[in-house]
Amino acid sequence: MTVLLLALAGGVGAGLRFIVDGLVRARARTALPVGTILINVSGSLCLGLLTGLVAGHYTDSSWGLVLGVGLLGGYTTFSTASFETVRLIQSRRTWFAVVNSLGTVLACVLAATAGFALTLL
Amino acid sequence: MALARSENMEPESLPGMDSLPVDSDVDTPGPRHRSIHLHPGFVVLVMLGGCFGALARYGLSITLPVPGGWPLPTLLINVCGAFALGALLEGLSRRGPDLGWSRFVRLLVGTGFMGAFTTYSTLAVDAMHLFDADRPVAALTYVALSIVGGVAAALFGIWVGAKYHRFVAARNRRVLAITGKESK
Repeated sequence: MTVLLLALAGGVGAGLRFIVDGLVRARARTALPVGTILINVSGSLCLGLLTGLVAGHYTDSSWGLVLGVGLLGGYTTFSTASFETVRLIQSRRTWFAVVNSLGTVLACVLAATAGFALTLL
Repeated sequence: MALARSENMEPESLPGMDSLPVDSDVDTPGPRHRSIHLHPGFVVLVMLGGCFGALARYGLSITLPVPGGWPLPTLLINVCGAFALGALLEGLSRRGPDLGWSRFVRLLVGTGFMGAFTTYSTLAVDAMHLFDADRPVAALTYVALSIVGGVAAALFGIWVGAKYHRFVAARNRRVLAITGKESK
């Protein structure tokens, strides 16, 4: 049952990513893929928060699977982020590629840590 | 060949089209002019691919070994997904415009499955755990291998996608040349 919910939540996460990315993309005026960055940073923040809640026994671990592995795992994406970095390199926007790869990973780890820290307050 | 292609790109002109008045409603946002991310059918397609992508990731994450608490499954999943997405998107973009069957496959397999199969949030939390456990070397190695591996894999995937497209195009030209000779 949990696995079925996990799969469904993964689908919802992917759909959410598609919509959020499309909305941001329609408004963004930069070559930097801000949609994917925003999605990955916000998803990491939420997963940090959820991990803290599960670790502190505020929520059941099956919620951690459905919402963490399913919803947030499906919402955030690594393949698109890597692909977009390569496209930036190919169009000779080297600095954007560096910001997109290193900036995203730094922001995501900090966001996850911040989310986790919120549950310790 | 190039000429035939450019002719196909031209919008079809219907007889009597010139005499029709300019449609003033053509720019108003309606169902026909909505972006694809607001089209329910396309969203459902992405969701369907996403269900299987998340399921596949979960299945692999509990099957693959985690040596010394080091998150190898996520790294392998992410790098393989980056390769597959690169190959898919390059192959599709070389096939032609993002319409019809191409768009169907891109949204179902690319945005849906590969997008949900790979994950950034787990990578971030895994790295956080390693830093938290006073294993900065393990954390930095994991992050560096993910980033460099992901970009290298996507690049390799793009190369494979382009190579495959050239292979198919060459085969099609040969078939065309043979059938062309036979018809003479």
